[in-house]
Amino acid sequence: MQHLFSLEGKKILITGASGGIGESVALTSGLQGAELTISARNQERLNEVLKDLLTDSVRHTTIPCDLSSAADLDALVESLEPLDGVVLNAGAVKLAPIAFINDATVDELFEINVQSSIRLMQRLIRKKKIKKGASLVFISSISTQKATIGNAVYNATKGAVNAFVKSLALELAAKQIRVNAIMPGFVPTGILKTSGISKEELDAHQKNYPLGRYGKPEDVAYLCVYLLSDQASWMTGALLNLDGGFSLK
Amino acid sequence: MEEKFLELFKETLDIEDRELKMSDRFRDYEEWDSIANLSVVAMIDVEYEVIIENSVFKELQTLQELWDSIQSKK
Repeated sequence: MQHLFSLEGKKILITGASGGIGESVALTSGLQGAELTISARNQERLNEVLKDLLTDSVRHTTIPCDLSSAADLDALVESLEPLDGVVLNAGAVKLAPIAFINDATVDELFEINVQSSIRLMQRLIRKKKIKKGASLVFISSISTQKATIGNAVYNATKGAVNAFVKSLALELAAKQIRVNAIMPGFVPTGILKTSGISKEELDAHQKNYPLGRYGKPEDVAYLCVYLLSDQASWMTGALLNLDGGFSLK
Repeated sequence: MEEKFLELFKETLDIEDRELKMSDRFRDYEEWDSIANLSVVAMIDVEYEVIIENSVFKELQTLQELWDSIQSKK
């Protein structure tokens, strides 16, 4: 039987791959046969992921990169062979009501969540590092569809990502390059450790998810694999809810 | 310093009808809820450049304890 959603032989770049959702996307894509370049700021943590990834048959590489640095971006793009897929997962979140967000945090969130992705795409496309028929996947957030308190700036960055995805999808369709976004609900990955939200409150909030639980990194990874695969060749410009039904209520 | 802290705490919770004391148990205030919680943690981050982890914050009961926690991290 033919394997559905195979990534055999596909060269794929994953940003923010050193933990959480990005790590899970890397490990799952690796299992499906992809040849990966995984990137993040922390080389040590990338090495840990690489250790879990390595098999005899496939070669993966790590590239430490601070996506907010133009020099790092240039070096990353320069080192890449033409890609069949990119997963833009690197991101930052800061939970705070609007009165207590300072300018530096606003800049940081837009820098990491929006500008760095735009700059990376610009370079990859200009330098012809995206093959015809490739798939680009942006990790956005369901918070763009259903607001939650303390997330206004973060939501604004992800709204910008969604708008970018749609425009890029239209622009690149002529080359059969597909661009989609996944909008996950809450996936606990330790990212909210200093938010002021207690474990008890998080547990209680989980009841707002009709399917009864928060997301797992693998939930996002599986949809990523589909979007990266040839079976998704008619899907572009889609903003996909992946939230256990959270946005239904 | 402590007066400024009490003033900031009042502002953050929109308390206008009374003065606060360092011995107050802030979780007993009628204004205290999850948004107030979020706001106080963010206010301390912005005003004092101190990030208090959730596991620490949830143990703090009085304004004095909160103030001491900020001071211990500065």
